Amino acid sequence: MVAAMPIAHAQYLQVEVWRSAAAGHFQTFRVPRRENQTVLDVVTEIQREQDPTLAYRFACRVGMCGSCAMVVNGRPRWTCRTRVDVGLGTAAMLRLEPLRNFTVVKDLAVEMSAFFDKWRDAKGHFEPGPSPPRDFAVVPPASPQRQAADAGIECIGCGVCYAACDVVAWEPAYLGPAALNRAWTLVNDVRDAGSAARMEAVAAGAGCHLCHTHMSCTQFCPKGLAPTYAIAGLKRATVARALRRRP
Amino acid sequence: MTAVLFIAQRASAAVLAIAVTAHLATIIVAVRSGLSAAEVAARTHGNTALLILYSVFVLAVAVHAPIGLRNVLREWTAWRGRSLDVALGLFGVLLMVLGLRAALAVFLA
Amino acid sequence: MIRASHRQPGFAAAMVHRISGVALAIFLPLHFLALGLALRGAEAFDTFLAVTRHPAVKLAELGLVVALAVHMTLGLRVLAIEFLPWRDRTAVTVSVCLGMAFVVGLLFLLNAA
Repeated sequence: MVAAMPIAHAQYLQVEVWRSAAAGHFQTFRVPRRENQTVLDVVTEIQREQDPTLAYRFACRVGMCGSCAMVVNGRPRWTCRTRVDVGLGTAAMLRLEPLRNFTVVKDLAVEMSAFFDKWRDAKGHFEPGPSPPRDFAVVPPASPQRQAADAGIECIGCGVCYAACDVVAWEPAYLGPAALNRAWTLVNDVRDAGSAARMEAVAAGAGCHLCHTHMSCTQFCPKGLAPTYAIAGLKRATVARALRRRP
Repeated sequence: MTAVLFIAQRASAAVLAIAVTAHLATIIVAVRSGLSAAEVAARTHGNTALLILYSVFVLAVAVHAPIGLRNVLREWTAWRGRSLDVALGLFGVLLMVLGLRAALAVFLA
Repeated sequence: MIRASHRQPGFAAAMVHRISGVALAIFLPLHFLALGLALRGAEAFDTFLAVTRHPAVKLAELGLVVALAVHMTLGLRVLAIEFLPWRDRTAVTVSVCLGMAFVVGLLFLLNAA
């Protein structure tokens, strides 16, 4: 990335970055303020110009992949889509930490496999069934089920909601907002044949009933999704299922 | 929290919404310028309908409170598993016994 | 210092709901025991009620009434989110819940305290 020209009155930005070596600590860097600078620009400049040992993730740089998610001044967000002044808020300096509720691999990079394991455990994947369909499924876009699915289908698995969720922090087995949101989209997918296993998974002890509607997931989702309401849908579906079994 | 506990919690909550509203109204409206045994008894003595209502109230609470506490304890302390469930089950029984006794007490007063 | 992800209405609501619930759960057995005193006759109950006229007790009663009211209003909010196709504007809804609970507390102060 070509750095933009520093703005005329050369301000500097103080950045505290989490380093995971030993017991972990914050290391302070100083980076020139630039116009339209994003937090990702800042991290990249630090790593390229000042400390090549800093570990962090990014890929697309344009808000499509979710790889650059980290905690900026206490808020989990995408660093490529966070301008420095927005990230700062009223604070004087930027504080960068790895996503909460994930195991830290190094510095700002976290281990995502547990997150995706829960996705799998929630049966957050399409199940085609034993035999392929004979023809295209006709799914009216305006049908309530398709609208419910569409409301949550844009999730790219960035982990911000999972990092924001208190229940994930308090109950380590909790499947989490992303996995449950995806499960809900599939519950509403009329072509899917895996509902029995999926309902079983989300109704289990670590499933949707653990959600206490703090709504942090909905608050912080960079794509504007609302896992809280998807989980509410799962709660209703599991209640209906339980009542059907034991009239 | 399983589906069964969830249903019990939410169903008891719905019952309590009605009971608590009535209870708060009673506290505010009926209890004016002091409360005395005579005033309580005047309302509750021999009042079978009230006894039944209070009993329903007590049972709903005996279901609702332990399940809520279970979530809090599991999430905020290290206590979980069978011993927690047993302890909370006993707490629920305690609430039921003490509550029904209280309902009976004011019925007989 | 409260972290940023906790400085928002949904979390505040959950904490108020949780704390009020725990407080009520602790209070309830005592409440039932006190009412059970009526079994020992009107005199025993009246003696107990005399204690409750102390201002410190009235303050505690106010706290309990507000706790009960707020636990109910916030609980109804949870039930609405879970079972109704309702999209709440969290800050507004939570404020309304808290407001209603305080109104109940005020009514208690004006009438029964």
